[in-house]
Amino acid sequence: MAEKMIEVRWHGRGGQGAKTAALLFAEAVLTTGKYIQAFPEYGPERMGAPVRSFNRVSEEPITIHSDIINPEYVIILDPSLIDSVPVTDGVDRVGKVIVNTSFSALDVAQKLGIFASQVYVVNASKIAVETIGSDIPNTPMLGALVKVIGTLDINGVLEDTKVKLTAKFRHKPEVIEGNLASIKRAFDEVTN
Amino acid sequence: MIKTIYSKGKIVAKTGNEVMAEAMRQIEPDVVAAYPITPATEIVQIFSQFVADGVVKSEYVAVESEHSAMSATIAASAAGARAMTGTSSQGLSLMWEMLYIASGLRLPIVMAEVNRALSAPVNIHGDQSDTMGARDAGWIQIYSENSQEAYDNMIQAVKIAEKAKLPALVTTDGFIISHCMEVVETYPDADVKVFVGEYKPDRYLLDIKKPYTLGAIDLQDYYFEHRYQIAKAMIDAKSIILDVARDFEKTFGREYDLYEKYMLDDAEIAIVVIGSAAGTTKVVVKELREKGIKAGLLKIRVYRPFPSQQIVEDLKHVKAVAVLDRADSCSGAFNPVYSDVAASLYSAGLTSPKIINYVYGLGGREINTEHISGVYEKLKRIASGIEKPSNQVEYINARIK
Repeated sequence: MAEKMIEVRWHGRGGQGAKTAALLFAEAVLTTGKYIQAFPEYGPERMGAPVRSFNRVSEEPITIHSDIINPEYVIILDPSLIDSVPVTDGVDRVGKVIVNTSFSALDVAQKLGIFASQVYVVNASKIAVETIGSDIPNTPMLGALVKVIGTLDINGVLEDTKVKLTAKFRHKPEVIEGNLASIKRAFDEVTN
Repeated sequence: MIKTIYSKGKIVAKTGNEVMAEAMRQIEPDVVAAYPITPATEIVQIFSQFVADGVVKSEYVAVESEHSAMSATIAASAAGARAMTGTSSQGLSLMWEMLYIASGLRLPIVMAEVNRALSAPVNIHGDQSDTMGARDAGWIQIYSENSQEAYDNMIQAVKIAEKAKLPALVTTDGFIISHCMEVVETYPDADVKVFVGEYKPDRYLLDIKKPYTLGAIDLQDYYFEHRYQIAKAMIDAKSIILDVARDFEKTFGREYDLYEKYMLDDAEIAIVVIGSAAGTTKVVVKELREKGIKAGLLKIRVYRPFPSQQIVEDLKHVKAVAVLDRADSCSGAFNPVYSDVAASLYSAGLTSPKIINYVYGLGGREINTEHISGVYEKLKRIASGIEKPSNQVEYINARIK
């Protein structure tokens, strides 16, 4: 079981949607027939405070209920967290870090102190502003994560996210379209 | 695709709180009275939305405290209604005196309870101190390893409580399960409603054709016998719980017992634990089995009534057992689950297995596969005679000395 399990850690700031991203990701992955877990870390919940959330994805039922210590994928919603939070904790040599940034993977890798081959970058904030109309980078980062993992079906993820957002924002179709477009763009634009 | 066990089941992604609220929607009790508290808030919040949206016909009583929540639930149940509530930690503590009244009046109330640490210091995270403290309150206690079990246990609890004429609480570990989204199979509303059935109390206060007195004073003459009846009802509840589990399996396909045995039948070393840590322990047991180590697990699902005789039968062949308590009863000796397991073994005249007690995870402190592997390492040494079992409580992942 352990070798097939994918573990993901999201870093964000309160209000950026790290929890929502983990939940949306889990629900979307479930539609592709895999077992999932999504759980946030609860502490003092303040706007702007560093927050984390987690995902597990597996072909087998997931019975483990402890923290994720060695994530295969880390997503950083706010690049300023790199200075204040140990974002690469438990990331080994094959772990991948996906960062919302306008800098290159090489620049970010130097800052993180890991190999450039492990770093993926996408300007999710810019994508969010251009597609959704505000700097909410969580949904575009979903697209980037699906691309970097490589074994998940982006169309399934888009389809499920559309269903979820339609239920939530049925009176605001522009929000739905904007979010879907942001996922698609980040999927296309994330680079190594 | 993930297959359902029940032919008409549906695979969904939900948190522990969401599935407990979902079960309550399907059960559609006559009355729910509750006061919100982290991490159980969502259960009654989601349910109150169902009421507000007209999805259920239940009466929702918004009260000003948990003491009132339990009081209103007791009143509704005594009046003849199917009544439910939900709470956690300090909320359960504030219900204290009313918990005993619910069981003393033999009212089949069902409570969704999310296990959380008790203050002070203030902590909102998961441990089982709250319900372990209520273990002598005359409530049936059913613990859930994950969201699926929370959902299934809620559905079964209604039937169990009404047959046993005892209140029942169903728990999940705070945040670890209550706020963790995972894969759950839910069943159609109609099928759940048929399974749960209609509540037809033998007698109730609003039955004006058959008036009776409930909650009268009961001194040296009868109090003792009435309290004995509660204790007896708890013993009898074991077979009721098993009957309901059999019905449940026949209907929905999932198997339940008073406890779950995981690779226990030929185990030489075993852990006894309650709740979500059992899932993490399963991962370790599997790894140890791959290395040829005969490790096993006994996960207690029903803690009250305690499956004393049954557990003896399933543990007596094991060489060394560790009982993990997610509560510290500050007893100066041992903790609740250990004490029950040890008393069960000793009263059966057994001198083996060797048995040790650990406290873990207070206030949501991490318990992971490494910690659990450490416990099995210790059990291996005790089983082989290299190390003597400690006669004192040990602590996992705590900075003590």
